Amino acid sequence: MRHIISVLLENEAGALSRVSGLFSARGYNIESLTVAPTEDATLSRMTIVTTGSDEVIEQITKQLNKLIDVVKVIDLSDGDHIERELMLVKVRAVGREREEMKRMADIFRGRIIDVTDRDYTIELTGTGSKLDAFLKAIDAAAILETVRTGASGIGRGDRVLRV
Amino acid sequence: MFLLFFGRVMAMITGAEIVVRCLQEEGVEYVFGYPGGAVLFLYDELFKQNKVKHILVRHEQGAVHAADGYSRSTEKIGVALVTSGPGVTNAVTGIATAYMDSIPQVIITGQVPTHAIGQDAFQECDTVGITRPCVKHNFLVKDVKDIAVTMKKAFYIAATGRPGPVVVDIPKDVTSHKAEFSYPATIAMRSYNPVTKGHAGQIRKAIQVLAGAKRPMIYTGGGVILGNAAAELTQLVRTLGFPCTNTLMGLGAYPATDRQFVGMLGMHGTYEANMAMQHCDVLLAIGARFDDRVIGNPRHFFEEPRTIIHVDVDPSSISKRVKVDVPIVGNVRDVLREFIRQMEGGKLPLDQEALRTWWTQIELWRGRDCLKYDRSGTLIKPQFVIEKLYEVTRGDAFVTSDVGQHQMWAAQFYKFTKPRRWINSGGLGTMGFGLPAAMGVQLAHPRAAVACVTGEASIQMCIQELSTCKQYRLPIKIVTLNNKYMGMVRQWQEFFHGNRYAESYMDALPDFVKLAESYGHVGMKIEKPADVEPALKEAFSRKKELVFLDFITDQTENVFPMVPGGKGLSEMILV
Repeated sequence: MRHIISVLLENEAGALSRVSGLFSARGYNIESLTVAPTEDATLSRMTIVTTGSDEVIEQITKQLNKLIDVVKVIDLSDGDHIERELMLVKVRAVGREREEMKRMADIFRGRIIDVTDRDYTIELTGTGSKLDAFLKAIDAAAILETVRTGASGIGRGDRVLRV
Repeated sequence: MFLLFFGRVMAMITGAEIVVRCLQEEGVEYVFGYPGGAVLFLYDELFKQNKVKHILVRHEQGAVHAADGYSRSTEKIGVALVTSGPGVTNAVTGIATAYMDSIPQVIITGQVPTHAIGQDAFQECDTVGITRPCVKHNFLVKDVKDIAVTMKKAFYIAATGRPGPVVVDIPKDVTSHKAEFSYPATIAMRSYNPVTKGHAGQIRKAIQVLAGAKRPMIYTGGGVILGNAAAELTQLVRTLGFPCTNTLMGLGAYPATDRQFVGMLGMHGTYEANMAMQHCDVLLAIGARFDDRVIGNPRHFFEEPRTIIHVDVDPSSISKRVKVDVPIVGNVRDVLREFIRQMEGGKLPLDQEALRTWWTQIELWRGRDCLKYDRSGTLIKPQFVIEKLYEVTRGDAFVTSDVGQHQMWAAQFYKFTKPRRWINSGGLGTMGFGLPAAMGVQLAHPRAAVACVTGEASIQMCIQELSTCKQYRLPIKIVTLNNKYMGMVRQWQEFFHGNRYAESYMDALPDFVKLAESYGHVGMKIEKPADVEPALKEAFSRKKELVFLDFITDQTENVFPMVPGGKGLSEMILV
């Protein structure tokens, strides 16, 4: 089953490699991993999307907690949560395609953030499946390049992860 | 240079001196190490003082194993010091060995100067990267002002919670830069707060489960040794009257001479221990981790239903390989004391009749006499050597071992009655561990009898340390069970590979007697069973000399019982 795990960890050199090394050494899956400093510059927050049985997920959270640099771990999938991913897509946009691409971007609430006479770059945010849906909806041959951040997640309401 | 600090004059000292002052503050007695370019400032400071004694090994692997043996035989943290690059890579085997067995260690490694890091400098390696998967934690210290607090953290992390090795990597320029020195008295880390006390409610629940047991079993591992809980374990086992088994790492936690002890369990465990483990209805696991060498095939293990109580300081050890019914996270000693405290309230309503039946069954299994071997031949049986070693040392020696058949025979036939007496590489299975580990043990216990049980293959993996033993006059007794084979490899080839002894034959062995003598030690070659005891007696009477005993043993002897890989615990091959 897919799980989305949030980790608060010390913002220290090498902290990321401790986490990624743990996943590779123990053979855990990583679907995506995002990390950036928080409002407190001494802490980073990481969102890991992984899959595994309940036993494996339990081990993953325990092993993450065991890392000395890790301050807190929660499995967001244990409760209500929101997740978002950002995608930038560069698409070919010439002739009639220009209007069609603009319309598709609007339908998916994307924004065109760079324009040339031959292509658009579209910014799109949403769940992973929404981004997938957008890529399916447009002409595959028009896609020149895509880049995705991987999911970031946060608990709903008063579910707060902080020190 | 001096700085005025809160009205006091604080001296500026070099990073190297700060490191040595930290070691002094931690009460470090010995540092095991080997010098090199990146650690010259550190060695210079060690040279200028005499509180911390340096032991010069002959290979960095030996330094870490020696620090390891020192730590295992005491309750202290082992400390090693190696240079950058090859110094570190040589040390990695030792660090991984300590990591697998949760041994508290601080390893200080030199690094190339900060400006050279990442430039592929001479003797540069990514120490933090290379050691990351085999340390509890590691640090790269980039600023001289961070040394003291990093050292404090390193010692704190190494010894608390589930112990383990911590590497502190210090670039050469940082050891020459200057800073004020003040050693923190305590340290608090928001990201590291190991649990100590076990949950009292869980313990109450566990006691209820134990009280209802009809076929109980107590299974304990290295955690009881590391947690210094042997006395509490012994009290608990005696109070309950249940059978007790120890893992390879846990030997000595419960006296092996006691009737309630059913021997070691696992791949080469006793018949009675493995059968009781497989068929128990309530299992109390303490400081043990249900590893593959202990429970065999997990699916086979699950075939018998049982209620499992698991006490461990490391939450990730619980329900890792085996689903646990009553988990108790905490320091083993604190948890066992709470067990005892709660049980003192009133007599536990044990099912005495069921227990009597269970013990009758266990005695039937014990009657199988699974460790018997042929004593009639003219060749020396390796088991016989260990039995005599046990007798000659009155069961009171520190015994280190290497890895292989000799290790298993030592574990089976030396009846350890005290913790921290049996010192071996259980998790990683590192050949070459025994001799350097024995050096650390002998330094920690200068007057104690220290035996290194080894084989002619293992001993050659760190044989250079005979030179260290000469330098520091370490009177270790090396008990080599020489069958001219990598015995355990040969045994597996005999059982599972059609007797094709691929590369397991040790051809071109040195004359170990002459080799020992060339290092200034005493060498003895023993070829007849009748000479075993006199040779051991003579060796142990030489209190000031290292004696290398080369026992020429039966080449065909195998370790029994044996649970073949992939088989269940009760599917043992017996003699």
